[in-house]
Amino acid sequence: MIGLPQASSFAGRVDHLFDAMLLLSAVVVIGVFTTLLWFSVKYRHGSQAARTPAPSRALRVELAWTLIPLFLFVGVFAWSISLFAEMSRPPAQTVPVYVVAKQWMWTVQHTGGQREINTLHVALGQPTRLVMTSQDVIHSFYVPAFRVKQDVLPGRYTQLWFTATRAGTYDLFCAEFCGTDHARMGGSVVVLPAKDFARWLDANEGTGLAAQGEALFRRLGCSGCHDPQSGVHAPDLYDLYGSTVPLSDGTQVRADERYLHDSIMLPAKEVAAGYAPVMPTYQGRIGEDDVLALIAYLKSRHAPGSK
Amino acid sequence: MSTNVVDSPFPAGETGEPPRESYLDAGYGLRSWLSTRDHKRIAILYALAITMFFFLGGLAAALLRLELVTPNGSLMSAEGYNKTFTFHGVVMVWFFLIPSIPATLGNFLVPLMIGARDVAFPRLNLFSWYLYILGGCFTIACLLCGGVDTGWTFYTPFSTMFSNSNVMLTVVGVFIVGFSSIFTGLNFIVTIHTMRAHGMTWFRLPLFVWSMYGVSLVMILATPVLAMTLALIGLERLLGVGIFDPALGGDPLLFQHFFWFYSHPAVYIMILPAMGVVSELITAAARRRIFGYDFMVYSILGIAVIGFLVWGHHMFVSGQSMYASIVFSILSFVVAVPSAIKVFNWTATLYKGDISFGAPMLYALGFVGLFMLGGLTGLFLAATALDVNLTDTYFVVAHFHYIMVGGAVMAYLGGIHFWWPKVTGRLYSEAWARFAAIVMFFGFNLTFFPQYLLGYEGMPRRYHVYPPQFQVLNVLSSAGATILAVSYLLPLAYLLWSLRYGPRASANPWRAKGLEWQTSSPPPVHNFDRTPAVTEGPYAYDER
Amino acid sequence: MNATPTAEQFDDPVQQREAATLGMWAFITTEILFFGVLFAAYTLCRVRFPQAFAAGSRHTDVILGTAETAVLLISSCLVAVAVREVQLGGQRIATWLIGLTAALGVTFLTMHGFEYVSEYHEGLIPAIRYLQTGPLSAPMQIFFCLYYFITGFHGLHVSIGVAVLLVMAKKTHRGDFNQDYHTPLEMTALYWHLVDIVWIFVFPLIYLIGRVG
Repeated sequence: MIGLPQASSFAGRVDHLFDAMLLLSAVVVIGVFTTLLWFSVKYRHGSQAARTPAPSRALRVELAWTLIPLFLFVGVFAWSISLFAEMSRPPAQTVPVYVVAKQWMWTVQHTGGQREINTLHVALGQPTRLVMTSQDVIHSFYVPAFRVKQDVLPGRYTQLWFTATRAGTYDLFCAEFCGTDHARMGGSVVVLPAKDFARWLDANEGTGLAAQGEALFRRLGCSGCHDPQSGVHAPDLYDLYGSTVPLSDGTQVRADERYLHDSIMLPAKEVAAGYAPVMPTYQGRIGEDDVLALIAYLKSRHAPGSK
Repeated sequence: MSTNVVDSPFPAGETGEPPRESYLDAGYGLRSWLSTRDHKRIAILYALAITMFFFLGGLAAALLRLELVTPNGSLMSAEGYNKTFTFHGVVMVWFFLIPSIPATLGNFLVPLMIGARDVAFPRLNLFSWYLYILGGCFTIACLLCGGVDTGWTFYTPFSTMFSNSNVMLTVVGVFIVGFSSIFTGLNFIVTIHTMRAHGMTWFRLPLFVWSMYGVSLVMILATPVLAMTLALIGLERLLGVGIFDPALGGDPLLFQHFFWFYSHPAVYIMILPAMGVVSELITAAARRRIFGYDFMVYSILGIAVIGFLVWGHHMFVSGQSMYASIVFSILSFVVAVPSAIKVFNWTATLYKGDISFGAPMLYALGFVGLFMLGGLTGLFLAATALDVNLTDTYFVVAHFHYIMVGGAVMAYLGGIHFWWPKVTGRLYSEAWARFAAIVMFFGFNLTFFPQYLLGYEGMPRRYHVYPPQFQVLNVLSSAGATILAVSYLLPLAYLLWSLRYGPRASANPWRAKGLEWQTSSPPPVHNFDRTPAVTEGPYAYDER
Repeated sequence: MNATPTAEQFDDPVQQREAATLGMWAFITTEILFFGVLFAAYTLCRVRFPQAFAAGSRHTDVILGTAETAVLLISSCLVAVAVREVQLGGQRIATWLIGLTAALGVTFLTMHGFEYVSEYHEGLIPAIRYLQTGPLSAPMQIFFCLYYFITGFHGLHVSIGVAVLLVMAKKTHRGDFNQDYHTPLEMTALYWHLVDIVWIFVFPLIYLIGRVG
């Protein structure tokens, strides 16, 4: 519409739906206003218009303007929900980019160890999946040019995905009120053509996220229990990510990012079957970025010799 | 017809003699007012208090608009801005909009319209006013102690663990005022059920009474949820542990579910009464029976009931499950149908009418227009895929201001004008009233229409500084706010003026139907000299 | 109270009685929603942390809890009999029965007080004295927050009920109520039943469920 670029694969489709609803609304508004105006003039006090008989009910008319809006609404609902379902389901194989929000900044970590603050670099034409969490209060990751927004919550991962379709730099806002400097918690998303993006990744490469996680795994003493050589009865965590874990209460859970996060921060919540709930919590001891590094490491932790 | 010089809107606008002894003469002095049990006097006590809060909240809004004229926040600190919009929200929602029509017009009119001497529990009625004042004191105290910066929504964990402001005082204030609205609702339900005059069957009730009934149901069923949720917040803040705390594994989304379970129906607490008022105004001005009375009644009840099932549409991007969002989305579309029915029926009521355009009618027509724009943009927000982009932007701000300010406040003022002669026994200046209504309509649109565009362009709400590309629209909006402010001050001036200098009104200056017009203006203490008996349906204007 | 207790806004005693009864039921509906929020919160948190809730539940005193339930049930029965007595003209017995109901209410509160004290010594009160350790200790705090909030809020209702019952006992003793007019007493009894019924839900949720698994 007014000067807002369509920079993602969703943007054009969201705008289509918006325009369609705008058209529908305009028809209703013009229709009702014209009728109001027409009646107001024709039946104004003192006019000579015929006023009898004046009906005060007409079941067919009433049913018509009950059911027609209802059907129209259901149609719009179906259109919108099919788009929404797609927006809510990120393609699974996409490599995630991790976002941690804290009062009042965004930190971004790519799997190659590239770290950014208040900026996100993405590749043109490739799906980008963000896995986000918050260190403190609720924030919301909002890029108007992409027509995407997702709240970022403490103690849980939320996801957001999009495919950027236009190179350039776009506004990033925090959309959920998060305290004093909420209005300044913004930044930009930089969309680079694939080649430039690869170059940017190379230039900013750091210690890979998984490698950082491995170092943490030793430094925090996780390996003291979770390495197979240790004497403690604890799961070895090999090839854990994506597997199905039986829990001590008889249920099962898929070992996704959320499960790994909670197992570190809230170990009592879901205890794997066959193990005593002896793991201490790391809540308050490590930050959300460290948890993300640990998760990246766990994803790459395979049994020796399995590759 | 009379020979009065007043430029009167409806065929009559008749002046008359002062009644023998009205409720206003039943006692003088502060004490007679503060200890009254007369529903009419309590209505006036409420009106005075909410007017004060309206202008306090309005002052906060004026400061916000002034700040937003420039993109880089030159007037207030970030902290100051956050506290100002929170104050604006808390005051306008709980201390103005929710009590506005029910506690003033509702209190005054429900017993009169059903032909009763008073509400069922007059002492409880006065007590709920005192609760309202006590809650208000806490809110003012909070302001004096430095304010609160959580937004009126109190989202956890910000409100419980991170905010350094006076959350407790505000929460206590809102908690208390919640009881005031529970007791008002309870009183209305019992009054409408048990105290209708002989012959006043359910389907002869004016739509205003029906809307009060619907709103009372929402008040007594939704407000307890808010009260408990706020109590949980208060304790969590006080003790430092609680069930919403993510550090313990608690769920901050649980708070949002509880909060919106109240706060979405609360929107209907604000708009249902407005719909009731407008139904009265339009029929009186068009001198027609309301079109489709039964559909109007069922749509009030439908809105009240379905309104309880749509709270999740505030949470489409919050991280709630996609399937929950789907259900809440379809229900949100469904709840729009009864509102659409009402708009169509109001329009159809004008057909073959004998319409005069007095100030109340101008307010009512303004309501229909603004409510329609607000309602239709609500559909955009019910559509999940659009809501993702629009939620938490100025689009939402514009949408709910169209409903609450454009809708509820227009209807409230329309009602105040329409029943002013009944309440005070005086006629206001018709010319000024029409002028104010028209200025308000244009001022309102100039203030809030640019905000739709701002939201669509992606400006998030609650922003104290903003990128420069949003400045033009913000300046337009602030300019509109100036006009709007003037149009709110105007009625204050000419209505007060009429108290002393306005011509005396006859018992039924608009020749309107309804029991409240059958008694003198202002009514005697016990409303009717003889308990009226009802022999026909409402709005029997057609027998000309 | 004078001989014709009809308030001026009502046409006749029948209308007044209807209004009072409907008002009380509406009030009870709001009360149910007050507690409903807490029960909903309890259920949702329990689904999140089943083991911590079960463990927390095992820390409560099931014997005292059962005794409290019995006390409330008996009191509810007594107040019902009291209303019946007034309807039949037995003001003297009714006064005693109402007094006894209030006394049982106080007994309930005292027993609950003992529970709180022993929980204080065990260190089970979050934010005030919480000495639990181990992996379940954090989410168990959520259980205890809800436990104190629910029982405390219920205790508040019991206290209000006791106060109202004492007033009713005095009025009955004074002979304010008779076969034709006893609405306030009936409403008080209704409220007391509500307090009782809420406890019937609290008791299994807090004390029993965790002990099954």
